[in-house]
Amino acid sequence: MAVADMDRINVFMAVRRAEKPARRAALSLALPLIVFLVVAFVAPILYLLVTAVGNPETRQVLPRTLGALETWDGVSVPDEPVYAALAADLKVAKDNSTAALLGKRLNYEISGMRSRVLAAARMVERLDTGPYKQKFLELNKDWGSPESWAIIKRNGTSLTPYYLLTALDLQQAPNGSVERVQGDQAIFLDVLARTLFVAGLVTLFTLILGYPVAYVLTIAPKAIAGIMMLMVLLPLWTSLLVRTTAWVVLLQSDGVINDVLMALHLTSDRLQLIFTRAGTVIAMTHIQLPFTILPIYSVMRSIPATQLRAARSLGAPPSSAFWRIYAPQTLPGVVAGCLMTFILSLGYYITPALVGGPRDQMVSNFISVYINRDLNWGLAAALGVVLLVVTLAIYLLFLRLVGADKIKLG
Amino acid sequence: MWLPSYATPSERLMRTLVMAFVIAVLLFLVAPLFIIVPLSFSKDPFFTLPVKEYSLRWYADFFGNARWMNAIFNSAVAAVMTTILATTLGTLAALGISRPNFPARRLIMALLISPMIVPIVIVAVGSYLFFGQFGLTNTRTGLVLAHTALATPFVVITVTATLSTYDTNLTRAALSLGASPSSAFFRVTLPNIMPGVISGAIFAFATSFDEVVVALFMTAAEQRTLPVQMFSGIRDQINPTIMAAATLLLALSIVLFAMLALLTPRRVK
Repeated sequence: MAVADMDRINVFMAVRRAEKPARRAALSLALPLIVFLVVAFVAPILYLLVTAVGNPETRQVLPRTLGALETWDGVSVPDEPVYAALAADLKVAKDNSTAALLGKRLNYEISGMRSRVLAAARMVERLDTGPYKQKFLELNKDWGSPESWAIIKRNGTSLTPYYLLTALDLQQAPNGSVERVQGDQAIFLDVLARTLFVAGLVTLFTLILGYPVAYVLTIAPKAIAGIMMLMVLLPLWTSLLVRTTAWVVLLQSDGVINDVLMALHLTSDRLQLIFTRAGTVIAMTHIQLPFTILPIYSVMRSIPATQLRAARSLGAPPSSAFWRIYAPQTLPGVVAGCLMTFILSLGYYITPALVGGPRDQMVSNFISVYINRDLNWGLAAALGVVLLVVTLAIYLLFLRLVGADKIKLG
Repeated sequence: MWLPSYATPSERLMRTLVMAFVIAVLLFLVAPLFIIVPLSFSKDPFFTLPVKEYSLRWYADFFGNARWMNAIFNSAVAAVMTTILATTLGTLAALGISRPNFPARRLIMALLISPMIVPIVIVAVGSYLFFGQFGLTNTRTGLVLAHTALATPFVVITVTATLSTYDTNLTRAALSLGASPSSAFFRVTLPNIMPGVISGAIFAFATSFDEVVVALFMTAAEQRTLPVQMFSGIRDQINPTIMAAATLLLALSIVLFAMLALLTPRRVK
């Protein structure tokens, strides 16, 4: 290596060393916020991920049974020691009132397990000595089913794929193979597809409605552009709930939109708009429109107006001057605005909950239902993971194509 | 309309159509917001226009109801606490990020902005499960912590934007003239970036004051905020008192928006 190169490297290293205190000072200013976000934002999301794969119930309630099952061959009906261990575990569970917890968890994978566990817990309370196997089989012949035992044994692990599989309409057969859920249990892929479809539709509509607005914003005289900008920013600045409330009122069957449609004789019967997918998409399009307009506008503003004139003076007809010279240059703004709206639309909860019907609820609404009504936290967390993965994938695409520093507010 | 003189007739027609379309879209943007205002002053409990008789009964109902008043109080307290926390943390971070030798800027910026991107339900459920471990669900502290995380990106963005036009030589001049780092900051830097800081604070306040989903998960009846009260109201039985609440929220939004516009006169170009 030439001496000059060595010198250059040494100088470079020396500069880096000299800048170290400054780098550290800069970082230390941001450190409080970084630490805060790690504790109050990243940690809750990580906790959610853990909840989606956590499997504490069986291990906590049936430690002896799981121990006894270790030598079980997996096909025959287990022997007396397994039932004796189950009886001992259920006695403790009855005292600690954890039997219901176990029953609920196993019921996800074996239907009817909740009542079976509770009945067995009540039974063992009255039993002092064995043999237990006969008693369990008399209580319910399903206690002799090797499939049930296989599932109990499988849940002895601290992590489970059960919730994540369920969130993707998959299930694990007793023999461990993964298969597609059939029939009316398979709802989640449908919900995910619906979420993506609604978000896509909203993105498309905001683009169609927003692109001309952004364009006119760039060519309008200053005063008019100012008023137009106000009309774009004011809804953005108004509470989401207020905007949703407005749509709930507008879309009522005796509401303003139906009144107008009737008065114009566009329809003879009042349309059902509230609690429909159409209503949801209209309201979401209204709410997301500014998010699509603003990035497109900020790109359009940087395109010199002289280019269109040059194209025209060189003989291009108006339409090809627009589509071949102007429109391609607006593409970065279109990508930024559409990705932003798509990302935000994926996570909608309030608007579908208030404006949509039961068939229009998106992933977020199902997460909320599983937390609040069904108390199935694992499944709620797993659906959250699916939503988060899809969102982050698109966010990464956004960072790649646009960059985090391009996010502006108004 | 705003066309060069050489425009063809078809171009003129096209332009007229585009203009009509844009006016329609702008009306679509703004009209729904103001539809709730006359309804909130209606004497009848229906949502039909035109309003036959005006009255203030729904406002009387709103201000006379302990539940609504309690909700306003809760929202205001949470929003003020969120604003103070988020503005302090966000401004400090923006000062760091704006320095030329900030390490791993793209990565850290992506982290700081991510609360804007992550679906709100995930933040809500994660906070509900995680803060529950420390007994912070159904407390104001838990709500403020979650809201602060959501609000900081707005402060970081506005203050960073202001700092990008700030001449750092001013701070250096103050330091070289013998000012201590803290007095250089408070007497030179901060007054210069104040518009950005206040814009960020307004955004933070609005974020917390309008937020529904996290508040739904993190509050019980006692800490219930105004948006949660509205949400449950619409869900159960929509009534005109909610219109009064929505109108007041709209008025607050307009006031905050006007403040913001005054702070940054160059916002509309």
